[in-house]
Amino acid sequence: MSKAFTPTANKPGVITANDLREGFNVWMCEDGWTPDPRKATLYEDEAIAELALLQAIGQADRVVGPYIVEAKRGPNGPEPVHFREAFRQRGPSNYFHGIQAEQQAEASNV
Amino acid sequence: MFDVRPVEIDYVQHRAQQFREQVARRLDGSLTEEEFRPLRLMNGVYLQLHAYMLRVAVPYGTINPDQMRTLALLAEKYDKGYGHWTTRQNIQYNWPKLVDIPDMLDELAKVGMHAIQTSGNTIRNVTTDAFAGAAFDETADPRPYAELLRSWSTDHAEFQFLPRKFKIAISSGAKDRAVIAAHDIGLRLKEQDGKTGFEVWIGGGLGRTPVLGQVVRDFLPEEDLLPYVEAIIATYNLAGRRDNKYKARIKITVMERGMDVMRAEIEEEFLARRRDFHGADREALAIFKDRFRAPAFRNAATDGFEAERQANPGFRSWTDTNLHQHRIDGYASVVVTFKSPGQTPGDASAEQMRLIADLAERFGHSDIRIMHDQNVALPHVHKSDLPALYPELKAAGLATANAGLTSDIIACPGMDYCALATARSIPIAEEIADHFRALGLEEEIGNLNIRISGCINACGHHHLGHIGILGLDRAGVENYQITLGGDAYDIPAIGQRAGAGFPAEEVVPAIDRLLRAYLEVRQDENERFIDAYRRLGQAPFKAALYPETADA
Repeated sequence: MSKAFTPTANKPGVITANDLREGFNVWMCEDGWTPDPRKATLYEDEAIAELALLQAIGQADRVVGPYIVEAKRGPNGPEPVHFREAFRQRGPSNYFHGIQAEQQAEASNV
Repeated sequence: MFDVRPVEIDYVQHRAQQFREQVARRLDGSLTEEEFRPLRLMNGVYLQLHAYMLRVAVPYGTINPDQMRTLALLAEKYDKGYGHWTTRQNIQYNWPKLVDIPDMLDELAKVGMHAIQTSGNTIRNVTTDAFAGAAFDETADPRPYAELLRSWSTDHAEFQFLPRKFKIAISSGAKDRAVIAAHDIGLRLKEQDGKTGFEVWIGGGLGRTPVLGQVVRDFLPEEDLLPYVEAIIATYNLAGRRDNKYKARIKITVMERGMDVMRAEIEEEFLARRRDFHGADREALAIFKDRFRAPAFRNAATDGFEAERQANPGFRSWTDTNLHQHRIDGYASVVVTFKSPGQTPGDASAEQMRLIADLAERFGHSDIRIMHDQNVALPHVHKSDLPALYPELKAAGLATANAGLTSDIIACPGMDYCALATARSIPIAEEIADHFRALGLEEEIGNLNIRISGCINACGHHHLGHIGILGLDRAGVENYQITLGGDAYDIPAIGQRAGAGFPAEEVVPAIDRLLRAYLEVRQDENERFIDAYRRLGQAPFKAALYPETADA
């Protein structure tokens, strides 16, 4: 994991952190924070991303440990590049827990 | 059975209340994350890959049924129905919410438990032989000494901000089942001239710089335990490096300054400190020895046990592998492995924890031990009770006959949970276990320690595995290095890297080639993998791991 990642048009990034109260992973989106990584804002400009990161750091009452990490554009929204982020977006491989379970529950409620 | 003294419950309740207030101050903005982080770490609260993690102390792995039921309650009410046994004989919960943790600490406090000093640069949980008080070969029961160290080190004002974390282990005798060579301080109980005392080791540790400890004192009389240990840690507290986290453990201090310098300073400090103890420690030790007195063992015939062994091959196989010899005739220590097919190594469900609590009450003198290899022991079970115990364990998926075998793998949580990990450990452990079970080779291979870590911090003790596996991130892909020849017990040794790493899907085939090569070259079935490795060296095993290179 590189917390010093700098996004560009060719290598965009998202801002991610953990929810302060409950601990689950969240991503910065247009209207705040979302537990759905596909709704994350994709940053292609270093200056804009760094400004957004400063805003994220300023929301210490809401999130813990925000950082910018590389992501790529996918059909349903940003997708992870590194496997560590893929695990963060899915959940552990030994139990169907974490975001994968949340997403399935959400899909079955639609 | 371990008694919880009321004064201790008051203390842990006070600490839980303190943490409740600290969480409230973090949530209302009075504390920043930077200010809060050391406070949460002092209470065992980490932030991991998907969630917070709470590590609860099980002092020297000794726990009673009511405490075990509280662990089950926490798993069910505040987590996802399970907990994870650690190599420090503790338990970790992977999914607690920060806002719930004060309630969890309150529940723990009711049974005298807590999460104090399960993190941070403090003296961590003192570990010991899981068969303490039961093993046929022990010099003395190590628990009174472990309790003395625990009560002395908890909130010890001088040692709350050490250069780095500090781990102490006590072996009950000549046979080391506590891995003392891989600890900051290792204590081996021994008798000399009719006196009980310790051989004292310092400077061991794994992580990115694995080092085996060395003997700093051949014999330390038991009455000098606290002043001597205090002298070691005080010397380290001053001399240990604080400029570089990776050079801050006592193993580096010993390497940089040399054992002779360290020994001289420790002995000088010891003489000064011994004068200040005034015997309170000796009085406490006497109390603890009484507290850990043996249960009322009973006499009974073991005919039923022998008959069941003849009648039930599953029971026979389980009693062959999962029993440890007890010091009392007719008794055995039972190893309940948490490594059954499909089970994550060391994971226990709330139902399994409750079952263990019930079985300990019915058959085990209400004594339970968390083992450093992520299993659980019932130290005192009369053999006549084993035919009744076995089917109950079996129904809960806890009677796998694999203690010490290929599938009894130590694995850290790896990148399935850990924020520091560079690769996953759990799926590799499960695949290796499944593969050799399916082949039916476990029994033939015999004793084998496979240990897997998901990063160089080595929580899975891969350096001490006969076969060690280290998961790394190689250019954005999980890659696994294999080390050979490590040993935690009889002849402590750090495993040597065999060669280039393997992608995840090639690990099982590589281990398969390795173990088939072992079966080919061993002298007979009594020669374990580690024995054959020591006799033959790395060459035949390396050739099996890297056949293309060997052919070229």
